[in-house]
Amino acid sequence: MAEYRASPFGLYSMSLFSQILQFLFSGLTVGSIYGMVALGFTIIYNATAIINLAQGEFVMLGGLIMFSLTVGAKLPLYVGFPLTILIVMAIGVLFERFAIHPLRNASLLTLIIITLAASTLFQGIAMFIWGKDPYTLPPFTSGGPVIISGAMIVPQTFWVLGTAMTIVILLGLFFEKTIVGKAMSACSFNPMAASLMGINVRKMVLLSFVLSAALGAVAGIMITPISLMEYHRGPVLAVKGFCAAVLGGLGIGYGAVIGGFIIGILESFTTALIYSGFKDAVALFILLFILCFKPSGIFGSEEVGKIKEF
Amino acid sequence: MKKSWIAFLTMVFCITLTQSVWAAYKIGFVAAITGPASWIGEPEKNTAVMLQEWINSARGISGVPVEILIEDSKGMEGDAVLATKKLIERDKVPIIIGSSTTGESMAMLPICERAETPMISMASALSIVTPEDEMKRMETSAQPWLEVAKKQRYWIFKVAEKDADNVEKIYMYCQAKKIKKVGIITVSSGYGVEGRRQLKRLARKYGIEIVADELYEMRDTDMTAQLTKIKASGAQAVINWSFGPAQVIVTKNWSDLGMRGKIPLIQSGAFGNKNNIKLAAGAAEGVIVVLQRAVFAEKVDPKNPQKPVLMKYKTEYEKRFKSDVSTFGGHAYDAIMMTTEALKAVGPDKKKIRDYLETKIRYWPGVGGMFNMSPSDHTGFGTDGMEMIEVVKGEWELAK
Repeated sequence: MAEYRASPFGLYSMSLFSQILQFLFSGLTVGSIYGMVALGFTIIYNATAIINLAQGEFVMLGGLIMFSLTVGAKLPLYVGFPLTILIVMAIGVLFERFAIHPLRNASLLTLIIITLAASTLFQGIAMFIWGKDPYTLPPFTSGGPVIISGAMIVPQTFWVLGTAMTIVILLGLFFEKTIVGKAMSACSFNPMAASLMGINVRKMVLLSFVLSAALGAVAGIMITPISLMEYHRGPVLAVKGFCAAVLGGLGIGYGAVIGGFIIGILESFTTALIYSGFKDAVALFILLFILCFKPSGIFGSEEVGKIKEF
Repeated sequence: MKKSWIAFLTMVFCITLTQSVWAAYKIGFVAAITGPASWIGEPEKNTAVMLQEWINSARGISGVPVEILIEDSKGMEGDAVLATKKLIERDKVPIIIGSSTTGESMAMLPICERAETPMISMASALSIVTPEDEMKRMETSAQPWLEVAKKQRYWIFKVAEKDADNVEKIYMYCQAKKIKKVGIITVSSGYGVEGRRQLKRLARKYGIEIVADELYEMRDTDMTAQLTKIKASGAQAVINWSFGPAQVIVTKNWSDLGMRGKIPLIQSGAFGNKNNIKLAAGAAEGVIVVLQRAVFAEKVDPKNPQKPVLMKYKTEYEKRFKSDVSTFGGHAYDAIMMTTEALKAVGPDKKKIRDYLETKIRYWPGVGGMFNMSPSDHTGFGTDGMEMIEVVKGEWELAK
């Protein structure tokens, strides 16, 4: 490389506006990842009131299976994508059948702890299959980053954003407009009453695990080109995703995504205005602060919150 | 009655047999084989397995086989401590090798000191071998950037390059390139914290000013915000001190922000794994790395006394494990080979092994460097163990 000439201060520095824009974009990128993960929490919670602590592992499996299919087995994107989702859905079925279903009479807390155990198990299995190295996927659209008024955003972020929006709309329609969706939310409020109304509660629980496994897989496929993926990534994604879901109001699709954006952007601007060492602390502090005044989250309703156990 | 006698005799025979197998030289080996630092621990474990085979197929150490007791610390301080206690108290090992990361090594060393057992760490931080009061003295002296450690922890050694030497090598390079202002971005784990400490301490020695000082977490997914701040600070180079996927993400963000060719990215030694270049998918072009010689053994000057050791280790490792060699496995190689030599000379005596390591490892060509241990230096090599490397077309090339 040629000699780096001493650059006068500011030659390569950006204008204040592009800096602010850059921080915003950075927050959006991170936030969209949190939001995608957060979405997966909402469905199982909506159907069972279980907080699935293995949600991060669905994301991890999505990313890694997609890697094996498209990069490893060289399948085209449009085959690998649905196939990955199907495989992770199958894993979701097995998970529900072998870990949750036999214990359906156990308390909610027991079930949540079981999901924690499943998370460790999935990590162990993934470690055996893929080893400990991180993997990456090529971005969906090639080409470099997009520059908007001096600030950079990678095209993959648009894919994540678009997918998150689509999922929010579809989920909204599913829970509001379809019988199955309504039946599913009925189960979480009162499984007994729901089954008296002729709803097959067990089927709904199974369906909720399948759906959120699918959502996790989509999230994994979408974010791996940005953030890489390795067997151990699940828990951290789950923590941030869970915070986003709680901030937006547990169980609310658009709340989860917006919660993700808020946390992502807060982190980014803490880096910009205060210090990058404090970014997680500030984001979590604001989360606690909001929950102090509105325990059900920004978009959550107080009444619904009272009926549920968690 | 007769049958039970036969059974009893068989049992006795079995016990004596197993005991004769147990009468081997034991070496305690702790590494982060799984968990977040597994990509460091894995090649270390592989190397340990391979070396045990080598040594025992060559009739062991003067006829006595070697048994390397490998424990997984999972990259966690707590587990590393438990493994160390188990090895010392139950397995009665005369020496501990480990662990892979600075944090774990810092947690393990008080136990080895208390049990008066020598320990060879495979992690990099200067403070592993330097007592805290000595570190404080160096940092609070009138000219901290000119200080070198004079005192070392009695029982503790390490074979990985010192972070301080890595930093000096980088700053020497900056000086040669007339870079006066740098931005540093470090991960907030043991490795990053110690690296940052040295980056800040030594800057003045090379007339360098740190104009931005940013942090991130090990599993963060995007560092654009921190790099944007560095870009705006007037820095002429970015120095990133971290490891694992985060190091690749920083590289991608640096490339996406269009900093290549304007504000060069200098990476700490942990970047020395070909997989990182592959993962960055082109973004690593032009990245500068401070590296030990193991990963580019073929390009090392044939006159260098390390050359035969490097070539043998590299070719054998890559043949045996079908994966690229890394500097980390090299640390395990050096630690085990030193220990074997000490065991051969003095037998399994803790104090004698320690003395041997401190006084007899002289001009000792290892994978990491030419080791010269002394009472004031328990690492044994300095900036001479490193080279500045540039990523050119996906390959390591000596930086010009």
